[in-house]
Amino acid sequence: MILIKVIYKALFTLSLFLMLSSSAFALTSDEAYAVISNKQSSFDAKLEAFYTLSDSSEKYVPVLIDAAKNSNLYYSRKDSELYVLANGNYFNVKTSKVFSGKKRDLKRVAINNQIRESLALLSEMKTLEDKTLSEDARIESAHNLIGKVSISDASRLQFIRDTSISDFPELAENLDYVIASADLNSQEPKIRNGAMRILANLNSPILIQKFEDIAKNDSDISNRVYAEKIYKNLSSTQSFYSGVETLYFGISLGSVLVLAAIGLTITFGVMGVINMAHGELMMIGAYTVYVMQQALPNNPGLALLLSIPMAFLVSGLTGIIIERTVIRYLYGRPLETLLATFGISLLLQQGVRTIFTALNKNVVIPDFLSGAIKINDFFSITYSRFYIIIFCLAVFFALRHILKHSRLGLEVRAVSQNRAMARNMGVRSERVNALTFGLGSGIAGLAGVALSQLTNVGPNLGQNYIVDSFLVVVFGGSGNIWGTMVAGMTLGIANKVLEPVAGAMLGKILILIGVIIFIQRRPRGLFPQRGRNVED
Amino acid sequence: MLELLKRDKKGCSVLGVIWFFVLLMILGNTFFEDGNLFYVGANSITLVGKYLCYALLAVSLDLIWGYLGILSLGHAAFFGLGGYVMGMYLMRQIGTRGVYGDPLLPDFMIFLNWDSLPWYWLGVNHFWFAALLIVLVPGILAFIFGYFAFKSRVSGVYLSIITQALTFALALAFYRNEMGFGGNNGLTDFKDILGFSLSSDSTRLTLLFLSALFLTIGYFICRKIVSSRLGKVATAIRDAEMRTRFMGYHVVWFKLAIFTVAAMLAGIAGALYVPQVGIINPSEFNPICSIELVIWVAVGGRASLYGAIVGAILINYAKTLFTGLFPEGWLYALGLIFILVTIFFPKGIIGVLEAIDLKKFQKSQETLTASVENQVVENTTALASSMLEKSKE
Repeated sequence: MILIKVIYKALFTLSLFLMLSSSAFALTSDEAYAVISNKQSSFDAKLEAFYTLSDSSEKYVPVLIDAAKNSNLYYSRKDSELYVLANGNYFNVKTSKVFSGKKRDLKRVAINNQIRESLALLSEMKTLEDKTLSEDARIESAHNLIGKVSISDASRLQFIRDTSISDFPELAENLDYVIASADLNSQEPKIRNGAMRILANLNSPILIQKFEDIAKNDSDISNRVYAEKIYKNLSSTQSFYSGVETLYFGISLGSVLVLAAIGLTITFGVMGVINMAHGELMMIGAYTVYVMQQALPNNPGLALLLSIPMAFLVSGLTGIIIERTVIRYLYGRPLETLLATFGISLLLQQGVRTIFTALNKNVVIPDFLSGAIKINDFFSITYSRFYIIIFCLAVFFALRHILKHSRLGLEVRAVSQNRAMARNMGVRSERVNALTFGLGSGIAGLAGVALSQLTNVGPNLGQNYIVDSFLVVVFGGSGNIWGTMVAGMTLGIANKVLEPVAGAMLGKILILIGVIIFIQRRPRGLFPQRGRNVED
Repeated sequence: MLELLKRDKKGCSVLGVIWFFVLLMILGNTFFEDGNLFYVGANSITLVGKYLCYALLAVSLDLIWGYLGILSLGHAAFFGLGGYVMGMYLMRQIGTRGVYGDPLLPDFMIFLNWDSLPWYWLGVNHFWFAALLIVLVPGILAFIFGYFAFKSRVSGVYLSIITQALTFALALAFYRNEMGFGGNNGLTDFKDILGFSLSSDSTRLTLLFLSALFLTIGYFICRKIVSSRLGKVATAIRDAEMRTRFMGYHVVWFKLAIFTVAAMLAGIAGALYVPQVGIINPSEFNPICSIELVIWVAVGGRASLYGAIVGAILINYAKTLFTGLFPEGWLYALGLIFILVTIFFPKGIIGVLEAIDLKKFQKSQETLTASVENQVVENTTALASSMLEKSKE
């Protein structure tokens, strides 16, 4: 009896040993290298070769896996060496030497989606195992693995976890999550249960599906109940943050609308001029960014910052020229300013086409505008939207300050309330008109700077925003910058709320109809101007 | 009616010139062969037909802008709606000749995997019903929109902006495939109208003739309106809406009546336009189209009705001419025209002509009075001298 047990145990150990080392027997790392660089190899063979390589301790392995994952791995038809494409050059995987032969001898190593997924896993694993990397980078890749590893891979992770628990407790904790997420697929109800208990506090949207699955299909009733609880928790968190995200997107869209409309509020509300060329003044602002970036090709960020004052000046001066040459002949005839400024908008558009051609220009988005702050797995704040909101608020409060606390603002308000009386008091209304129009146009230029980071910079940039900005002005009540702010934000948020429900087009139509109906109820907008001169 | 014609000499002469050319074209096409100096080809026929539709549209806008003071920046929407109804009728006439050969469904619906016609497509295969809708659809939309807008006293610039929002909303709606109007591509590939092939010269000539006819009828409807008591009230509303209201007129209904008529005329113009051009798509609803329309009227001279005709035809002719010759320069020219016209000739081309006319008239008056005076002086001196002679005797 004992003998049988011993034999049995020996056999078991032997088979285990054989199993573990089977892959090592099958391929050496050099053989695996040869398999990958041979175009005859099947996908399965390549996959196995990649696994073999990832187990080996060759130095070039992480680079190779990373390149293969991103389809940057090439083989040479001449000498069966592997090359990595980086920065336009091909480097030999083993020797790092630049490829010197003919380019047509290099062919991309073909992989399929299964290999690509496995490679992604392998490269995350490599990062985890690489002790020379920073803890943050390793935690990041542990994070990426949650819900993606199989139970067989988990044992390898367990080893990393056990070796790093004393030095890197945070990494070990994250690895616990990864291992638990693999254990959710275990055959044993108890292991699944334990895994769920570990993952209960981890708010990860990736696992929602998994928990829902367990809640419905698990063989163990207590597991189902527990999973149901976690699932409800997770999905309510998710819907909360998707609400927050909608709000955030809405505010950033609203900021764009406010930026586009606020200059119009001044020219339209304060001066009674319908400036159809407002969109083209924004276009000029956007092109200013392009020109500045051409002038400072090595520093697009600085160019963008410098183009804020530049765009204000360029658009503002254009505005003053328009006022002095055309609009001053048309005061008191708002509908005719519409026609003349439409003519101006055609001239400006065509002018831009003549100077810069009709093609869209490529404006570089500087590094500090790309990327995002991750709040949690459900929600992250993208920098570009964040800066747009900040920029909009800055412009808004600067404008409010000018109108409220400066000499020009005082005169503007005086002229808009009662032109004749203001003139009697010694306000040079001609000059005020020109400066007000310049101010409104300059702000259009600033809006253009913001838009250059969001949409294509081309001759039609202005036209796409002009209808929207008029709506914002009318909705908010002309001449009232707070009204514009509220209206712009309302329309922006409403747009983003309706978008997922009704679709982008229908959402926009609903908003237009909403504004039309609103104007019926309040013909002068949210915050109407009061006073004697309001009604004709 | 005759009285009306007598008083409107300028309008009659503008229409007279149009009819002269239309008849010339009809004769040129029927009696001369290709290659002859007097031959008029199919392209020119549709081109002129198109201009005449635009002219009718412009007249309808002038009715509400020139005489009622409503600057609609969405008037082309009614044109587009009329056009779409006509397009639906023509679409149903294609029958089995479409790419998919379905007797009931137009090609784009098959493409979208629809299995039945939407309810609003029912009945448009009957011409009389389509013709009714051409007037009713724009009319009803204008009535509903106008009723709410005028009732809550939305006026001036605000009204302009919400009309623009209206046409923009329609544009977005018609771009959607789900609307069932062919989405982006609109309705096209028309074959025939009332059984006559659209590509034949005789159908084109008939359509040209009809365009001229409806332009004339539309013009006289508008002329009749503005010279009637209704028109007088409209002018009063334009110049001082408050005072008119205080005098006891129900401003809303006067505005509404004229606004609706104008929309119906625009719908008719659109319906005549579509079979000649052969396509209708959502770009007709673009706010820019409506603004261009306003410009035609402004350049021609508003509040005269015939000025709108002159403006629409001249600008569109210039557009055809210049976009062929210097595509770059055309937008510059157009932009400059708008600026110069609004600043220097607020009454448009007609205004300039009338001013020249007035000067001539004054001059002729002066010479007339001068000659009369001379005559009188001569006569009196003659009389005096004869009397002197008599007294001497």
